[in-house]
Amino acid sequence: MWRFISLRLLQAIPVILVVITVTFFLVRIAPGGPFDSEKPVTREVKAALEAQYKLDLPLFQQYTSYLGDLAHGNLGPSFKYPGRSVNELIAAGFPVTAELGLYALLVALCIGGLAGVIAALKPNTAQDYIPMSLAMIGICMPSFLLGPLLVLVFGIYLDWLPVSGWGDIPGDKILPSITLGAGYAAYIARLGRAGMLEVLSQDYIRTARAKGLPQWQVVLKHSLRGGLIPVVAFLGPAFAGLIAGSFVVETIFQIPGLGRFYVQAAFNRDYTMILGTTVFLSVLIVLFNLLSDVLAAWMNPRLRAQFGSH
Amino acid sequence: MALLDVQDLAVSFVTRNGTNKAVDGISFKVELGKITAIIGESGSGKSVACYSLLGLVPMPPGRIDGGRALFEGRDLLQLEEKELRAIRGRDIAMIFQDPMTCLNPYMTIGKQLMEPLIFHNKVSKEQARARALELLAEVGMRDPESTIDNFPHQFSGGMRQRVMIAMALINEPKLLIADEPTTALDVTIQAQILKLISELQHKRDIGVIFISHDLAVVADIADEIVVMKQGKIVETGDREDIFHNAQNPYTKKLLAAIPSDCKQASTTAVEPLIQVRNLCTWFGQGKGKEPVKAVNDVSFDINRGEVLGLVGESGSGKSTIGRSILRLVPVTSGEVRFDGTDLTALEGRDLKSMRRRMQMIFQDPFASLNPRMTVYDTLAEPLLLHGIETRKTVAQGVLKLMDDVGLARAFVRKYPHEFSGGQRQRIAIGRALATRPEFIVADEPVSALDVTIQAQILDLMQKLGREYGLTMLFVSHDLAVVRHLADRILVLYKGQVVEQGTGDDLFERPQQAYTQQLLKSIPGRSLLA
Amino acid sequence: MTTQTINDIDQAEQGTSLWKDAWRRLRKNHLAVFGLILLVLFIVIALLTPWIAPYSYQAQDLELGASPPSAAHWLGTDIFGRDLLTQIMYGGRISLAVGFVATAVALLIGVTWGAIAGYVGGRADAVMMRLVDILYALPFMIFIVLLTVVFGRNMLLLFLAIGAVEWLTMARIMRGQVQSLRQQEFVEAAISLGLSPTTLIRRHLVPNALGPIIVYTTLTIPNVMLLEAFLSFLGLGIQPPQTSWGLLISYGAESMEEFPWLLIFPGLALTLTLFSLNFLGDGLRDALDVRGAKD
Repeated sequence: MWRFISLRLLQAIPVILVVITVTFFLVRIAPGGPFDSEKPVTREVKAALEAQYKLDLPLFQQYTSYLGDLAHGNLGPSFKYPGRSVNELIAAGFPVTAELGLYALLVALCIGGLAGVIAALKPNTAQDYIPMSLAMIGICMPSFLLGPLLVLVFGIYLDWLPVSGWGDIPGDKILPSITLGAGYAAYIARLGRAGMLEVLSQDYIRTARAKGLPQWQVVLKHSLRGGLIPVVAFLGPAFAGLIAGSFVVETIFQIPGLGRFYVQAAFNRDYTMILGTTVFLSVLIVLFNLLSDVLAAWMNPRLRAQFGSH
Repeated sequence: MALLDVQDLAVSFVTRNGTNKAVDGISFKVELGKITAIIGESGSGKSVACYSLLGLVPMPPGRIDGGRALFEGRDLLQLEEKELRAIRGRDIAMIFQDPMTCLNPYMTIGKQLMEPLIFHNKVSKEQARARALELLAEVGMRDPESTIDNFPHQFSGGMRQRVMIAMALINEPKLLIADEPTTALDVTIQAQILKLISELQHKRDIGVIFISHDLAVVADIADEIVVMKQGKIVETGDREDIFHNAQNPYTKKLLAAIPSDCKQASTTAVEPLIQVRNLCTWFGQGKGKEPVKAVNDVSFDINRGEVLGLVGESGSGKSTIGRSILRLVPVTSGEVRFDGTDLTALEGRDLKSMRRRMQMIFQDPFASLNPRMTVYDTLAEPLLLHGIETRKTVAQGVLKLMDDVGLARAFVRKYPHEFSGGQRQRIAIGRALATRPEFIVADEPVSALDVTIQAQILDLMQKLGREYGLTMLFVSHDLAVVRHLADRILVLYKGQVVEQGTGDDLFERPQQAYTQQLLKSIPGRSLLA
Repeated sequence: MTTQTINDIDQAEQGTSLWKDAWRRLRKNHLAVFGLILLVLFIVIALLTPWIAPYSYQAQDLELGASPPSAAHWLGTDIFGRDLLTQIMYGGRISLAVGFVATAVALLIGVTWGAIAGYVGGRADAVMMRLVDILYALPFMIFIVLLTVVFGRNMLLLFLAIGAVEWLTMARIMRGQVQSLRQQEFVEAAISLGLSPTTLIRRHLVPNALGPIIVYTTLTIPNVMLLEAFLSFLGLGIQPPQTSWGLLISYGAESMEEFPWLLIFPGLALTLTLFSLNFLGDGLRDALDVRGAKD
C-alpha cells in the first residue's frame, strides 16, 4: 500500500512541475505587462516596480528564482494588491472555498449516492425513472443556470433564503452549496446506479440470496462496497470540477473565496496571483486525485493485496 | 415419503418477443441419501427448474405457471418470500457453476462461510468460526486456520469450489442443489470435487440434485437420472437403466456423444510436415521479472496426413504451442519447420504465402467471427485474398464451402449473431478451409458446444480432414475427445511434453504419474471400460 | 455477376446486421428519438438563421427596451430592445458550432492517438499513454481560464483548448477498444489468413470499435457546449458583438429580477439541447450495447 502511494506521489511530481513551468512561461509571454493598464506610471516608477517584482532579470533567471521561492512555500507578492503576498490572499480565500466545496461534496454524495442505490434496486420502475430523470436534469442544468434560477425562486419570489454572502446571515450557505453540488449529485447518482446494477447482476449476489439473506442484507453487506467503488474513483475528478465550479458559484453569490479571486485576477492580469493560485490548486487537485485512487484501490481486496505483497 | 416431490412444475419467461416455456410440466422426486442428476443441454430448463423452487428466478420476466414442489410436505411454490428465505441456506443449500464469480470478492471467505450460520441459527461469532474451520478441514482445505481470513482471489478454482461446498453444508441442509459444480474446473480437479461431493453426501445422508450437461460426469455418482430436453423430461431412470437400457432416442444420442472408441491408426507415409525443435514461448519478460514460460523446450513432429492430439490442463501451454506454430504469438527461441521452411524467420510476402497453407479453428465460436460481417463476407475474404477465386467466381466458391461444412445456402447473407454455436463453428471451419490449407490447428474446437453438437462437429472435422487431406494439430483438455480423433497424443504439463504415444499406448500403458492421474480423472470411466 | 448468383439462391434470407439491429432498438427508445428530432431541428434552425431570423442581428429598439414576450417579439426583447429569439438563434449557431467543431478536433486527435497506441502496443503504447495520464492529471479548467487570459478571447483558441481536453478520454476509449479487439479470436483468425495491417484495421478493427466512439462522441458534444457556456458566462469565452447561449445566460442572470425571460429562454435553449444530446447518447449506448463509455 505504502509503495503504491509513494509511487503515485513520485508520478505526481512531474505533473506538478509541468504545471508550474507551463503556467510560468504562459504568463510571461502574455502580451502587455501588469503595469500597462489604468493610470500611466513614470519610467522610473515602472523600473523600480519591475525590479521589485524581479521582472528586469532574464526570463530563465526569473523562472529559477520563482522555483526557489516556491520550494520555500513562497508564492511571491501580488501585482494588484501591493503589499499583500499571494500566500496571504490564498490564505484568506481558500478556507471559504474549501468549506463551500465540502458542503457541495456532501450534498452530492448523500443525495446522489442514495438516489443511485435506490434506483438500482428496482430498475425500470418508477423508483428508477424518477431519480434518474432528476439526475438527467441535474446534468443538463449547469451551475451558472441553476444558481440564478434558485436565487430567482427561493431568494426573490419566495424570499426564503438569502441570495449572497457567506456566513453573514444564517442560511446563506444553503443555496451556493446546492448549486455547486447538484451537478455532481446527478453524476454520482448515475455512476452509483450503474455500479450497483453491475454488482447486483453478479453471481455472488445469487449466492447471498441462496443463503436466505433478506434483501437489505444482500444490498448492505454484499453489494454496496463493490457498487460504490466507481463513485469513490470519481471523487478525484469531481474535486477538480468543484474547484472550477466554485469560480462561477462564488461569482453568482458574491462569496469572497479563492474562485472569485482567481477570476478577478484573470481579468486584472494579476500575474503572480494567477500563477500562484494555479500552482496551489493544481497541487491540491493532483493530491486529491491520488487520494481518491488510493481509496478506491484500498476498497478492492485484490488490489490491496497487490500493494501489500511488494 | 420423498424429501422433495416436484409435480407438473411449469415456469415460463415473458419477454417482448412472446412467452417462452422454459420448464414445461416436469415431475421428479429426490430421496434422502440419494443423488438425483438432472441432465440436459443449455436451454433445456434444468437450472431454471431448480432455481424456481427456491424463488431465485427473477420475476418478472419469470413466471411460475403451475405445479407443486413438496419439500417435507410443504409446497415451496406457495410459500411467502419470508418463509422461503428461512428454508434457503438452512434446509436447502446451493452450489453454483463458476466458483470464480460466486464468492463475494470483497469479503473474506471466513465471513462468507459464517454468514448463513449466524443468520439462520443465531450462533455467536466464535462458535460460527469454529464450525467454519471444522468444515474447511472437512472439505480438504489445508491449514484452515491461516486461510480462513483470506479473500477469494487468493484461492485456486478448485479450492474456491471447496469453500462453496463448505458454505452450502454449514447449516447441515437436508437437500443440496449443485448446478454444474465442476464445469468450470480442470479434469483432475473435477474428479476431486466429484469425489468430495459424493463422500459428503454419503456421510450426511442428504439428498442431492446434481445438474449437469454431461452424462459422463454423473455416471459414477448419480443414483437417479432425469434427462431433460426443451423444458420437458424425456426419460427418468436409475443409473443402470439410463446407461445400459435407455429407451428414448435423445438419451441414446447423448450416450452416443460420449466418445469412447479409439481411432484406428491410419497408415500414413512417415514424412514430417511440421517439425518443432526446442520451441520456447515466454511471456512478460520485464526487467527483473521472471518470464512466464508458457512453452519451454518442446520438440515434436507432425507427419503429413496425421492428426496429433495435444492434451493438458489449463495453463499447460497447449494453446500457445498452436499459436506459436502459426506465428500468432512471438516465439522466444527454437525452430518451427513447415515442409522444410523455418517459419520463425519468415516475414512479409513469404509469411503471407505460408499463412495460406496453415489455418486455425478457434475455441469460442462467438468470438472467432467478426460480428459485423455476413457469412458471405467472412468466407469470401480468404478466397479473394489468396487469389483462390476471382471476383466473378467467388460466389460459387462461398457456396461450395457452405455445402462442405453443412450450412444451408439460404443463410449466406446472415450475420454471426443470428446463428447457434454449432452453426457458427461450421462457418469458422469453412473460413479455415477456404485457403485450401495443408495444416490446421484446432484449438479446443468443441469445448464451448453442447455434447450432441460436439459429436456433429467432430464428425464433420473428421470427414473434411479426409476429403481435404489435412494434417491437424488437435488441442484439447478432454482426453476422451482427443482419443477419438488423434493418431498420436502428446501430454503437456507446465509447458513441457511429459509423455507421447498412440491413443492405445497412452490409455492402456501410461508411463508417467501425471498421465495416469489425468486418465483416472476422466469422468464416466466405468462406461469406457 | 457475383451478386446475382447469391441472390438466385432459393429463399436467400436477408440477414440483420448489428447496425440495423441497433437502429431498431434505438427507434423503440422514445426519449432518444425525441432527442434526435429536437437536435436535427436545432441544427437546421442554426444553419438557416440568417434567412429565417425574425429580426436582423444588430437591430435595436432603444425606445422599446426590455419587453416581455409579445406577438411582435415572441420571446421578448433585451434592454437594448433587441429581439431575444433572434439573439438565441444566432447564439445557438456559435454554441452548436463550438460543440461540433471542438468535438471533431477531439475525435480526430483522440481516435488516431488511441488507435496507434493500442495497435502498436509495447513501449510506444506505454510512452503514449503515460503522456495521456500526465495530461489527465492537469487541472484543465484552470488552464483554459489561463489560456484565455494570456491569448485573449479568441474562438479558434477556444476550439483548440476544449478539443485538447476532450481528446484524452477519446484516446483512452479507442486504445481500450483496439486492445481488446486485438485479443479477439476473429482478429487472430484474420491475421492467420494473412491480411495486411491496413485491411485488418479497415475491415475488422474499425467497424467493431465504431460503436463506443459514436456513443462517446454524442456525449462529448454536450460537455463541450457546457464548457463553452461556462467560460462565456465568466466573460472568458465568446465576446460581443458575437453571442452564445452562455453569454446570453450571463446577461440574463444580471437582470433576472426585472426581466426573468432574459434568463429563462436562453437557459431553456441550452438545457433542451443538452437534454437531447444526452438522451440520444444514452439511447445509442443502450442500442449499441456499449458499456462504460462515459465516466
